Amino acid sequence: MVERLKEHHDAHAGSESQLLGDEMTVTRDWVKRKFFGETIVDVEGLDFFYGKNHALQDVSLRIPRDGVTAIMGPSGCGKSTFLRTLNRMYEVVPGARATGTVEFEGENLLKTDPVILRHKIGMVFQRPNPFPKSIFDNVAYGPRIHGLRNRKRLTEIAEDALRRAALWDEVKDRLKESALSLSGGQQQRLCIARALAVAPKVLLMDEPCSALDPKASDRIEQTARELAEELTVIIVTHNLQQAGRMSDHVAVFLAGGILAEFGPTRQVFDDPECEQVGDYLQGRFG
Amino acid sequence: MSDRMPPQVSTAAEWERRKRSVSQWIAFSLLGVGSLFGFFFLAFILYWIIRQGAPAITWEFLTDVPRNMATAGGIAPMIVGSVYLTLGSLLVAMPFALGSAIWLSEYAWKGWWVRAIRIGVNTLAGVPSIVFGLVGLGLFVYALNFGVSLLSGMCTLAMLTLPILIRASEEALRAVPRSFREGSLALGATRWTMIRTVVLPTALPGILTGSVLGMARAIGETAPIMFTATAFMISQPYPTSLLDKVSTLPYHLYALVQFNPFYTETKHIQYGIVFVLMVVVTLLNLTAIIWRTRVRRKKAW
Amino acid sequence: MEVSVAHKRATQPEAARTRMKHRNTDRTVFFILALISLVTLGTIIYFIFAQAVPFVGKLRLVPEGQGTIVKWGETFTEARLGDLFTTKWLPESDVEEFFGMLPMIVATTVVTLGAMLLAIPFGLSAAVFVGEIGPRWLKDIFKTVLELLAAVPSVVYGFFGLIVLSPYVRETFGTVGGKVGLTASIILSIMALPTIASLAEDALHAVPNTYREASLALGATKWQTIWRTLIPSAASGIIGAGVLGMGRAVGETMAVLFVAGNAPFLTWNILRSMRPITSAIALDMAESVRGSAHYHALFAMGAVLLIIALLMNWTAEWFHVRLLRRQGLREG
Repeated sequence: MVERLKEHHDAHAGSESQLLGDEMTVTRDWVKRKFFGETIVDVEGLDFFYGKNHALQDVSLRIPRDGVTAIMGPSGCGKSTFLRTLNRMYEVVPGARATGTVEFEGENLLKTDPVILRHKIGMVFQRPNPFPKSIFDNVAYGPRIHGLRNRKRLTEIAEDALRRAALWDEVKDRLKESALSLSGGQQQRLCIARALAVAPKVLLMDEPCSALDPKASDRIEQTARELAEELTVIIVTHNLQQAGRMSDHVAVFLAGGILAEFGPTRQVFDDPECEQVGDYLQGRFG
Repeated sequence: MSDRMPPQVSTAAEWERRKRSVSQWIAFSLLGVGSLFGFFFLAFILYWIIRQGAPAITWEFLTDVPRNMATAGGIAPMIVGSVYLTLGSLLVAMPFALGSAIWLSEYAWKGWWVRAIRIGVNTLAGVPSIVFGLVGLGLFVYALNFGVSLLSGMCTLAMLTLPILIRASEEALRAVPRSFREGSLALGATRWTMIRTVVLPTALPGILTGSVLGMARAIGETAPIMFTATAFMISQPYPTSLLDKVSTLPYHLYALVQFNPFYTETKHIQYGIVFVLMVVVTLLNLTAIIWRTRVRRKKAW
Repeated sequence: MEVSVAHKRATQPEAARTRMKHRNTDRTVFFILALISLVTLGTIIYFIFAQAVPFVGKLRLVPEGQGTIVKWGETFTEARLGDLFTTKWLPESDVEEFFGMLPMIVATTVVTLGAMLLAIPFGLSAAVFVGEIGPRWLKDIFKTVLELLAAVPSVVYGFFGLIVLSPYVRETFGTVGGKVGLTASIILSIMALPTIASLAEDALHAVPNTYREASLALGATKWQTIWRTLIPSAASGIIGAGVLGMGRAVGETMAVLFVAGNAPFLTWNILRSMRPITSAIALDMAESVRGSAHYHALFAMGAVLLIIALLMNWTAEWFHVRLLRRQGLREG
């Protein structure tokens, strides 16, 4: 279908397409999104076990490409576990097991090479965890371990990542200083920049604001929304207002690792199908 | 209170209480005195060493070879030999020790291999030093035909310092917080890359501290090297190859006391050696202790 | 962008498989390196016993009353298993060789027990005082002092014992010479003290505060609390400390070499010159010819020493594990 639209565009190139130019782009993107990978991660029947503890039960949902998807639910419902399944980070825990299908780029990511997967699906953690290296070395870490040595290239990538993470202006004169000298909010933005430097398609954020003050938290939220225009952001949060503000889609888990509801944010917030989800969103528990 | 209790009981209680506090006072005094024993001895030994040994320390003493049947001259070859031996044993042991520590801390999960290796390390720590000497003699000197040499001594000492190095390195590795590892893995690093780029650099100060402790132990050991690396009369003072014999500080002290016919004339040399040994060992240990506390306190994470 | 190129290259299936293979090689490499401690331990045990066994083993084949010719080297000797446990040690003799180890074993026992009699009370009292009674700042100094004491090389202790202690012993106890078992015991007790004190302090520290509070709340004095509650609770850790200290004393060579006197005669009198196993090995190693019965007898003594030291080490470890369990650091 895109081919037909392209032909159409080329055929009209010159006269009318000038006027129709922007619309065409919008249409093309819309078509792309509708038919070619609107879903970036397709979860089908996902079960997760920590030893005997059945942490996620038969989860199925389709995470749309681009935009922000929020994962919410009361404490201990498995939302962090779910997030960590997406980039196979649970493997550091012995006895953790995931079954089912999580389709990403045509393959079940539960079965592919996790190292390669993590190039494409990055993660920002709850507590900022910059390495005890310089600011520059932190951001350059990802590209470096994938073999990039060219100093000029690394500097370009680092600057780009730091700009997108809204940190460039604050650190551009002190790239050589230790990352640990930054404030909490700055460190978290550094971690975002670090994750962006490897050009992931999806950015997982595990309650990235919970260790920060409200002002820093706002900045992170803003940054995440800007990033969501170019890549998919999946964020775990227990801040209902934040989720309402920043997300396009929301998934609500309930205790026991059960996915209770998933859909566009306004729809889930205003008119949830499940009563418990409604209670949760009203702040009655959680 | 004494109004409510009958007079006899209250005095008895009073008496009991006094008895207990007296016996406590006695006990505590005894303990205080007893515990001072250790401090007292350390202080006395240090004082004695400084008082007797310091006068012997001159520039010639530290740079000259022994002269006149070791009644004059210096101990330079012994210092050099001890340094070679210690650094050499570190060179031999460190790759294995670090490798073991990395495996134990980063790769091994609950399995019976882990327990076996830990038992191995702990048991090795309990082997008497003379047994290392015996094995060194039979294995390196004779069976492998290294002869009595620097090489045999290095290998023997390496066996001895292995547990110390493994324990200190493992502790340093484990101290690296989990969040660093997770951060690295999430960026697409393999386990080895994560270790190489994040864990090892962070743990480096602790590992170095461990090496210093290992060195301090190795430099003072006599029994393992007595028949594997050194001898009483060595033809050339400084070793030129790995297969040469070396003179060492601790053995020279022993030899002067036991074998040298001019025992009394060498007294000042003996004290000098003791002084040098103590200074070196104490400095090394103090450095390690201070580093360790510094690293523990500095951790901004 | 180079990063995405690297991406593309790595995404191909074959590349992915080679990376997976690569990832397991580093685990294997480190595992092999980690085996070194077992390899070393195995080598030590094998070697000592292998060189000791010819001495013993050969003898087992000997019928009573008849000697046998030991094959290695040129020294010909008659020897019997029972000889190991006789009381005369006179190798390299032209007339008749004796390899009785008993004098050495007895000497080690006497010297070690003497050392423990001094080290355990002083070490324990130091641990109690610093851990429970003294001011807080004393504890750090104490630990540092102990660490430094433990780091002093044994030759220095031996030398100190020779120059300072043995004249003192000679004058006070009227012995001939002053190089006697008692001097060795004193020196060994100083050497074992840091180990015992440090570990005992750890054991006491591990006793939960609730015990202390409960005892004091019942009206006991501090001393009663320590004596009746804390020390019994910390018993396994303290015993472990004692055993470990004993292990150190048993395995110590240079200090006893300087001051114990080294007479190879069987005696239980601590005021006489004696030769513990460690010094016996050290003294004779120079003189024994490789392959002679003497050589193998030394290894046999090394084997005995190794067995004793390892037994003590494992016993102490067993007690220490009980202590760790109490601290909750291990599953019970």
